[in-house]
Amino acid sequence: MSTKPIAVLGNYKDPDLLITAASRIRESGYKDFDIFTPYPVHGLDKAMGVKRTILPYISFGGGIFGLANAIFLIWWTGADHYKLNIGGKPLFAFQFSIPVMFELTILLTAISTFLGLWFLCGLPKWYSPLQNDKGFMSAVDNTFVVGIMATDQRFSLEATKKLMTELGADDVRLVQE
Amino acid sequence: MNVNDTVNEIKTHQNGHTTANSLMPSMHEEVFREPLILGNPSLHDITEKIASIPTLTPNLKFLLTLFVFASMAGWGLFCMGYTIMTGIGVWGLNNPVGWGWDITNFVFWIGIGHAGTLISAILFLFRQKWRTAINRSAEAMTLFAVLCALIFPLLHTGRPWVAFYWLTPYPNQMQMWVNFRSPLVWDVFAVSTYGTVSLLFWYIGLVPDLATMRNYVKSKLAAKLYTTFSLGWTGSMRHWHTYEVAYMILAGISTPLVLSVHTVVSMDFATSVLPGWHTTIFPPYFVAGAIFSGFAMVMTLLIIAREVVDLKSFITLKHLDNMNKIILATGMMVGYAYAMEFFIAWYSGNPYENSVFINRATGDYAWAYWTMVSCNVISPQIYWFKKMRRNIPVMFVMSIFVNIGMWFERFTIISTSLHHDYLPASWGYYSPTWVEISIFTGTIGIFFTLFLIFAKYVPMIAIAEVKSVLPGSQPKHHDNH
Repeated sequence: MSTKPIAVLGNYKDPDLLITAASRIRESGYKDFDIFTPYPVHGLDKAMGVKRTILPYISFGGGIFGLANAIFLIWWTGADHYKLNIGGKPLFAFQFSIPVMFELTILLTAISTFLGLWFLCGLPKWYSPLQNDKGFMSAVDNTFVVGIMATDQRFSLEATKKLMTELGADDVRLVQE
Repeated sequence: MNVNDTVNEIKTHQNGHTTANSLMPSMHEEVFREPLILGNPSLHDITEKIASIPTLTPNLKFLLTLFVFASMAGWGLFCMGYTIMTGIGVWGLNNPVGWGWDITNFVFWIGIGHAGTLISAILFLFRQKWRTAINRSAEAMTLFAVLCALIFPLLHTGRPWVAFYWLTPYPNQMQMWVNFRSPLVWDVFAVSTYGTVSLLFWYIGLVPDLATMRNYVKSKLAAKLYTTFSLGWTGSMRHWHTYEVAYMILAGISTPLVLSVHTVVSMDFATSVLPGWHTTIFPPYFVAGAIFSGFAMVMTLLIIAREVVDLKSFITLKHLDNMNKIILATGMMVGYAYAMEFFIAWYSGNPYENSVFINRATGDYAWAYWTMVSCNVISPQIYWFKKMRRNIPVMFVMSIFVNIGMWFERFTIISTSLHHDYLPASWGYYSPTWVEISIFTGTIGIFFTLFLIFAKYVPMIAIAEVKSVLPGSQPKHHDNH
């Protein structure tokens, strides 16, 4: 077992304290840090300086793809590949295509949102180095766990620990591999 | 500043700490609104309460209920097999009544699903925090209802093994495609999209809770399963940020989707030329009816669930009261639609329309029509009284009434319109055979069996969402208000 440091973790219980801590960590110049919470805490992403996700663009792209596919599918099957005259109705028209166009737009938007979400989060990933820490898993129960990663340029064992303690974290500890 | 002082006092009393600024709107909410969760639990209490359900050995009550419903499901599946082996001649369908219990049940089950999406998507967009206690189970209900619904049109095709290229644009040897001008094909797209999107939405909501379960359960197999399906969720705020956007997008697209689904279902009827079906009121009328019946089914399920699994502190009378208000409102919309159909039939001056509606209320199926009216329009009126909206036995009986009434609404629309059309020489009557009845009770069995298994092994309350609306769980001073 090597003793490569992975991160410094600290616990919080109070959301207000957490928000202040998050913005202070960001202001101290740390980039590679994360906060693990049992539920989304309003305003925390802003305090951490999380950049707005590009997910809406992925969803929109998926929607457009679905719409285009629907139009092509209906036009190609009905008006090009196998022309079937039913009661003299037009082989292709937008009027009768709207329901299927709509449904496929929604379907592909949903699927791309779903896949895009996990892609952007880097999930599924069934292992996190932080799970070596016993207290880390309480983040999905009742604790806010702040973690400053060792990969951060400003990371230094002493200074990072000190900052965390100053910001009111409980149980400040080092996680090692 | 008397009022503010009082507010401060109550606030101090409730949360155990003083807050200087009492003018924030959220505080008024916290002070004057009924709590969403009773008993002031801590975050860990919530985890403990919900996550412990799957770890407990199932009790006799649970197993017995499961046995009864699974037996119904088994018998239903047998009758489905019998229908497939023999042909739909074993049903009571005839000429002129070519759509009977099968399509009635299809519309019934699809309608049930709509409340789930309404609760999870539309109430989310309206920021209705009370939905957090009930959305998970309502969404599960949607999935199971859609599953039950799909059985019927598939069997109705008579030869379900070739239905794949009848219903979907599947490249087959004959190089024939589906007819996109047909509302029945629209329906295939609408229902399958609805099922898929509901599943994705439900699963996204589940992931953080499965992660909580992953760390809670003791059994190795269970831990493995929860771990796999929780995808390695850690609760990272960077993930939550994207997650919340994804949730919002899905809620945003599910809202028009759910409205479109029953609209398209209603077009199966409305685009025909049959008097009694050929009306423009159908889409909104069907959507209102779907939400009405869906809420009734959520009610039935939740009243049972909160008793059996002891969730009374999460699913409170406030939740039930709110749902009863929606039942009252949508019941009135449905009542309005019934009245308006009659008015338009008379106002159109069309003798065929006229006769269909007079026949509905006075003809061979009048019993079905009046069952529908009394269950759907008359009985929900007791919900004008708060006492009734908060009375468990009353609302349980009411929810069953509405379920029955809404089933009869579909039956009335389908059968009364078909059995008397233009030519008196081709009038007929339809009643179901034991096979059709068994298949319907079979789907009830399937629905409840799946729901019971869900309630036992999947977190039935959205743990993370409930935590996020707990008083004191969110920072007090942030600019997102």
